[in-house]
Amino acid sequence: MGSPSKDMLLDWYRQMALIREFEETCHRLYEEKRITGVYLHLYSGHEASGVGSMAALRKTDHVITAYRDHGIALILGMDPKAVMAEMMGKKTGSSGGKGGSMHLASKEHNFWGGYAIVGGHLPLAAGIALEARYKGKDDVTMTYVGDGATNNGYFHESLNMSAIWDLPVIWIIENNGYGMGTEVERASGQTELHRKAEAYGIKSFGRVDAQNALEVYAVASKAVDYARENGPVVIEHVTYRYRGHGVSDKQYDAREDMSAELKEWMATREPIKILRDCIEAKYGDVGDILAGHEAAAERIVAEAVSFAEASELPSSYEDLLSNTYVNSEFVYKTAQSIGAGID
Amino acid sequence: MAARNVAMREAIRRALREEMHRDENVFVMGEEVAYWQGTHRVTRGFLEEFGERRVRDTPISEMAIGGMAVGAAMAGLRPVAEFMTINFAFLALDAIANHAAKVRYFFDGMFKVPLVYRAASGWGNQATASHSHAPEPIFAHFPGLYVGCPSNSLDAYGMLKASIRDDNPVLFTESIALYPKPSPMPDDLDADYLIPIGKGDIKREGGDVTLVAYARGVDWALQAARALARDGVEADVVDLRWLRPLDMALVYESFKKTNRCVIVEESLPMYNFGGEIAALLQENMFDYMDAPIKRVAAEDVPLPYSKEIELLALPNAQKVVDAVKEIL
Repeated sequence: MGSPSKDMLLDWYRQMALIREFEETCHRLYEEKRITGVYLHLYSGHEASGVGSMAALRKTDHVITAYRDHGIALILGMDPKAVMAEMMGKKTGSSGGKGGSMHLASKEHNFWGGYAIVGGHLPLAAGIALEARYKGKDDVTMTYVGDGATNNGYFHESLNMSAIWDLPVIWIIENNGYGMGTEVERASGQTELHRKAEAYGIKSFGRVDAQNALEVYAVASKAVDYARENGPVVIEHVTYRYRGHGVSDKQYDAREDMSAELKEWMATREPIKILRDCIEAKYGDVGDILAGHEAAAERIVAEAVSFAEASELPSSYEDLLSNTYVNSEFVYKTAQSIGAGID
Repeated sequence: MAARNVAMREAIRRALREEMHRDENVFVMGEEVAYWQGTHRVTRGFLEEFGERRVRDTPISEMAIGGMAVGAAMAGLRPVAEFMTINFAFLALDAIANHAAKVRYFFDGMFKVPLVYRAASGWGNQATASHSHAPEPIFAHFPGLYVGCPSNSLDAYGMLKASIRDDNPVLFTESIALYPKPSPMPDDLDADYLIPIGKGDIKREGGDVTLVAYARGVDWALQAARALARDGVEADVVDLRWLRPLDMALVYESFKKTNRCVIVEESLPMYNFGGEIAALLQENMFDYMDAPIKRVAAEDVPLPYSKEIELLALPNAQKVVDAVKEIL
């Protein structure tokens, strides 16, 4: 793959503007208690990491991630209405209100989901890649994993398995500096996280400035080609989260050093501004087009909020019990026998 | 109908082999399943017959075995993932309980997870504390998962086939003590002989007391029933076969006839199978209850190495007989 075309860059801008608008709206709605729950991990600040890397995929490739999954879902083209409705636990949500913020998925987009246990999705990624190998297909599985998960047993077992079975997984470590509140330096003996690949004989494509979508794309393109032909690869995306680990934690208010660090990143390494500067340096004034994307993002997210708020909440026992199994009939029977109150 | 005695491991091997021939998507993965021919020899000959693509040795990585089976199943394969023993499945508990069992639910039915985890289970043979568990009830705790625990060869055959063909995740445990044990299988057994998931079985009929058991507990219950019969006491032996879903209708039917019940299991005595069955009986069959419900399980200790105290900790037929006599 060569360098991205003008249309591609403009479309990346559209995606990033949509994610930022969606995430900042989620943040506001959470503060206003219009989105409830405990967990809401926002992708603000991470946009270029997902947008630049997924631009290197084909439609038949697979994507899986952890709980910071809204941005990934939107990049893949999931309907913002269904995603927002899931935030609010509505029946019209992409997971019918059963999953919430951390469990977005879309079969038609080959998006295998967001997962809530740190590292828990990593062997699933290897299993999805195994299906491609088993069937002789050359689809790859792009797998996003946080810096914190690289210290977890799932990470090591899954990378090792991908190596010995030549599974076409692109392991993208999104290193935003912190696993919840613990700095990478306090959590990992090897702080150049991509070098963990060496332990398993996996090719590393090194560290990438993941605030710059073009740099992300350049490396991801090579990595995807390599993985398709050969097997697993590792890339480390150096990025930053603008809204903390999750919206319910307040460490940025409590820790001045983190707050100053955040301001510094926003001032100097803002991914949307970096992309804008790149586009303008290359193609001159495209302000009208970019403003159009921003306005569209506002409109789309506002419509998503209206749709979600107008949607019905799941409320019946059938809503509660359905899809526990492929055939849930016996769940109803059990519920009856323990007096759960269904008719 | 002509039948011959077949060891349970042979029945399991036959079922698995036939299912691999029937469906290209069925494959085996686990520690030592290929070149070593299976720690319990269940997959003996499989590597030669099916090749490395479908008979896959894994490293000692239970978390990955547990989770990869989930991903492969979601993507359309039908993995049969072996935990060498169920003790090692504890390492994969998150993959089993949080992922295999829940993926379908938290994405509201978007994915199927048609996998089988096979695991050898049970106590004895001085395997020592960390290698001596029959913890099926722990896994049966989680909605989204099925748990099957056969007590003889024919059941193992039909239950494993049903598990492999089902679109839900199944934990299938195989009592180590029963692997070599022969029991009759018909000569002209149909390759589509399936035991429906959640269907229990009456292994012996009697009107005086109900013995409820699964897996190796069925052996102890049947031995006890024969001993009790010599004293004129006839026991109904209910083999539940599946811990999830539970065929309580079968237990209730028997209990209405006998009004007395002893629950027999290999597992530990706290928060277990016996507690669950006893609770359901008192909630639903209170009017039929003529005596306290008794439970026979292992002693509440980690299992020791030395033979005599190891046997003291284990349930046996005599303990079942004694429990029955207390409530007659």
